[in-house]
Amino acid sequence: MMSPLLSLILIPLVTAAFCMAGSAPRRISIFGAAANLLLTLHLMGSYSLEVGGFQFVSGRLLMASHGLAFSLGADGLSMVMLLLTTLVTLAAVWVAPNIKRHEGMFYACLLFISAGAIGAFVSLDLFFFYAFHELALIPTFLLIGIWGSGERQRIAWKVTLYLATGSFVLLLGLIGIWLAVPAGFHTLDIRVLQQLGYAGLLTPGPVVYLLVLFGFGSLIALFPFHTWAPEAYASAPAPAAMLHSGVLKKFGLYGLLRLAVPIFPAEIQQFANLLLLLLLGNIIYIGFVTIAQKRLDLMLGYSSVMHMGYAFLGFVALNQIGLAGMSLMIFAHGLTIAALFALCGEIERRAGTLEFSQLGGMAGVAPKLGLLFGFAVFASFGLPGFINFPAEVLIFFGAFARGVSSGFNAYQITTAFALWGVVISAIYMLRAYRRIFWGHRGAAVTEAIADVSPAVRWSVILLLAGLLITGFRPSLLLDSINPVFDLLVP
Amino acid sequence: MNPLYLEVAVVILGLLLLVAESFAGPGRKSGIAHPAITGLILIFIATFWVNPAALDASAPYARFYSTDSLAIFFKQIALLTTIVVLIMAQEFAPVVEANLPSSRRGAGLGEFYALPVFTCAGLMWMASAVDFVLIFVSLELVTISFYILVSYLRHDRLSVEAGVKFLVLGALSTGFLVYGITWIYGVTGQTNLNAIAAVIPALKVAAAPALLFGLGLVLVSLGFKVAAVPFQFWIPDVYQGAPTPITAFLSVASKAAGFVVLLRVLQTFVVVPYLQEKILPLMALLAGVTMVFGNLAAIPQSNLKRLLAYSSVAHAGYLLLGVASLGAPFVGSAILFYLGAYLLMTLLAFLVMTIVAKAVGGDDIADFNGLNQRAPQLAFAMLLAMASLAGVPLTVGFLGKLFIFEAAYQQGHFVLITIGIVTVAAGFYYYLKIVRAMYWQQAADPDAPGIPVGIAARITIAILCALIIWLGIYPAPLLSLIH
Repeated sequence: MMSPLLSLILIPLVTAAFCMAGSAPRRISIFGAAANLLLTLHLMGSYSLEVGGFQFVSGRLLMASHGLAFSLGADGLSMVMLLLTTLVTLAAVWVAPNIKRHEGMFYACLLFISAGAIGAFVSLDLFFFYAFHELALIPTFLLIGIWGSGERQRIAWKVTLYLATGSFVLLLGLIGIWLAVPAGFHTLDIRVLQQLGYAGLLTPGPVVYLLVLFGFGSLIALFPFHTWAPEAYASAPAPAAMLHSGVLKKFGLYGLLRLAVPIFPAEIQQFANLLLLLLLGNIIYIGFVTIAQKRLDLMLGYSSVMHMGYAFLGFVALNQIGLAGMSLMIFAHGLTIAALFALCGEIERRAGTLEFSQLGGMAGVAPKLGLLFGFAVFASFGLPGFINFPAEVLIFFGAFARGVSSGFNAYQITTAFALWGVVISAIYMLRAYRRIFWGHRGAAVTEAIADVSPAVRWSVILLLAGLLITGFRPSLLLDSINPVFDLLVP
Repeated sequence: MNPLYLEVAVVILGLLLLVAESFAGPGRKSGIAHPAITGLILIFIATFWVNPAALDASAPYARFYSTDSLAIFFKQIALLTTIVVLIMAQEFAPVVEANLPSSRRGAGLGEFYALPVFTCAGLMWMASAVDFVLIFVSLELVTISFYILVSYLRHDRLSVEAGVKFLVLGALSTGFLVYGITWIYGVTGQTNLNAIAAVIPALKVAAAPALLFGLGLVLVSLGFKVAAVPFQFWIPDVYQGAPTPITAFLSVASKAAGFVVLLRVLQTFVVVPYLQEKILPLMALLAGVTMVFGNLAAIPQSNLKRLLAYSSVAHAGYLLLGVASLGAPFVGSAILFYLGAYLLMTLLAFLVMTIVAKAVGGDDIADFNGLNQRAPQLAFAMLLAMASLAGVPLTVGFLGKLFIFEAAYQQGHFVLITIGIVTVAAGFYYYLKIVRAMYWQQAADPDAPGIPVGIAARITIAILCALIIWLGIYPAPLLSLIH
């Protein structure tokens, strides 16, 4: 019997192989992605909350000298990540427009990214955790380079080189962690590393922490390593932008939760002020940059960079509330940004442009598109009812509570500033909504514009349903997330 | 089985091929490729049954000849490379025929298959050489057969130019080697590496400069062989001008042989602290400049052979980083693993290039435009080779770099690691240039027919692709060969 988690990785890979070889790539990849989503839901159903910890574990030792093993397993956090990945993957292959060049390869690249992300989220081995993520590198290069828009070639190079460098910095950090493993525990097993970290036996030191932080940070687009992200998402075709910003970027946050929290608690506090400053760069500085954008795709790209600041705030708070909020944020933001990019692609197809100055009054000709966009906008700045709201609230509570014991301090000042981020994102999101859908008709908006296509409509409804259902019952996710951070020293 | 028989068998195979070639009728010369490949495959299989204990340790030649796992591993590398090179040569045969001045069809093709077999014998002896005399003799056997092979296309001016450059610089490097050996012999009174290692600790400190001078000369010569900066300048022209299969042979086997000798020589000398603290920083410096130069110089190249030439310099840099980290627990295996990985991915790249260049008529990167439409399988194989050369995880090239960086980390070479990372990112740029050509660009002639691939080449490509992925996930088989 094959491990169910291995099937989750293999289904997209096999589907990708069929896409490259056979016909009807669109149909077969929607089928594969849907199968993966159903399998994930089934696994979530059979994951036992009473037992907790890592379940569905399977493993095979590959290299005894390094303790390298191909071992898979999933805990509550992995389950949330899997749900996010499979939801966004299905939506992404679903909304894909008519591809004229190399249709099979387009879908294969999307599925490769998905398989890589799933592999990273269920790997219990440090090496495969890293390696699976890198599976996405070449497909991203091809997706932007072949099917992108604007200055696709320059941007594809920039993204690839940026991410490759970030990944190698991260790799150094991971090697640093591995070399610090005390003698006798010769292993790359993340479970053991976590236990050693919680027990205080694994202390790689501040340099390794900074490598890990900035390695993950450049993958997450931490200020000032963010410059690749907005351009990449603006240029990438909509499904690629959905997968990359919705899922792949979350790998970095997941990595921080998995590795940095157990292993570097002291270093996180030591460098907390630095990180607080940088994340304010994300929230406030990038927030203003977002407001200034004149195109929807770039605005969404910057907004996704900005929202990462909240996730970092939850991380640096380093308490149960903040980390749970960060985990919810990963899920919430992944679905929201995917829905926004899907709609953004649809607007561009309908109106032929994304310049705000050319748009306006679209709700008159495409009311359903306007309604869906409105929902996504409200989710994005955290209206209660969407999972984004509890995510942000928990993060702010966690970060504020962090400072209570020692008087008014940097955590609380930062939280106070970060709260203004909510206002900032409401400003740019509502302004975008107004400039595109309300007011006078723009030059690009004509009666001939058709309403949202069924594929986009249903995939966005799928994503919004995910946000709303969990938003009304956050415990669906929190019950499985909370035990992950139980071991945390308060 | 006695390990000595391996080289003997290869030499006899080569001689038999020459005899067969002279009796083969016109137009049938190319047929000798098959027995050559089959014979080498049989010898390659036989290497797994070699018993080092069968060698008579008291025999006079045993002083020259080592049968440790390092030697066996490099013999396997040499044999495997030669086999793939011969398969490549089969694909390349039309180009050779077109460039040979002859009224008889196929004349001169036979030697093109027979000479690499002798080169292989030389490489295998080099792998076992633990005496400067045998090192020198086997090195010359390799180099002289390469002189012929590099300038084999006598009507192609680039090939002749490459041959002349290779001859001049090869002779220069040989001169350095011999001169260095005489200095070392003068100080220690020995040519045998084991004997030298026994003598050095007892030497007076006053003898150190002379010894270091000799060693420095030997290292210069080896620097030529492995293409380390600043001894790399012969590489681009020679690689570009030589027949493509020979370029692959040079870049893999010649480099591997250079590294095995380098490892043996350094192992002899670094046991002494005052030599070690002179040699290893020197190696670290070489590694740094080689990584930087190789990668930076590869960026602007528009010809794939030249690009791979500079990439070969870059990879020499990463290998030297491993050499500079001698002393870390895993470093020996790391270097050998890297060489094994380098062999797989470089041979794959050259094999695909040979096939495509024959069909398209050129080996510029622009000639690969739109290859994905014309021959998706070849394009995918090339994509895999480039990903592995660049160091994308889940390919064997990534693990190679990982092990080297790990060793360097343990030895505290943080500056070099930083350089390594920046240059790896630069490597992504130029390797992806080929991916871009194959997948982004439109073919010059969209209706061009597919590219025919011979059955042997087809199987080889499939095996190399499978090994690159398989060993990238499950490195244990290759590591167990090394130990």
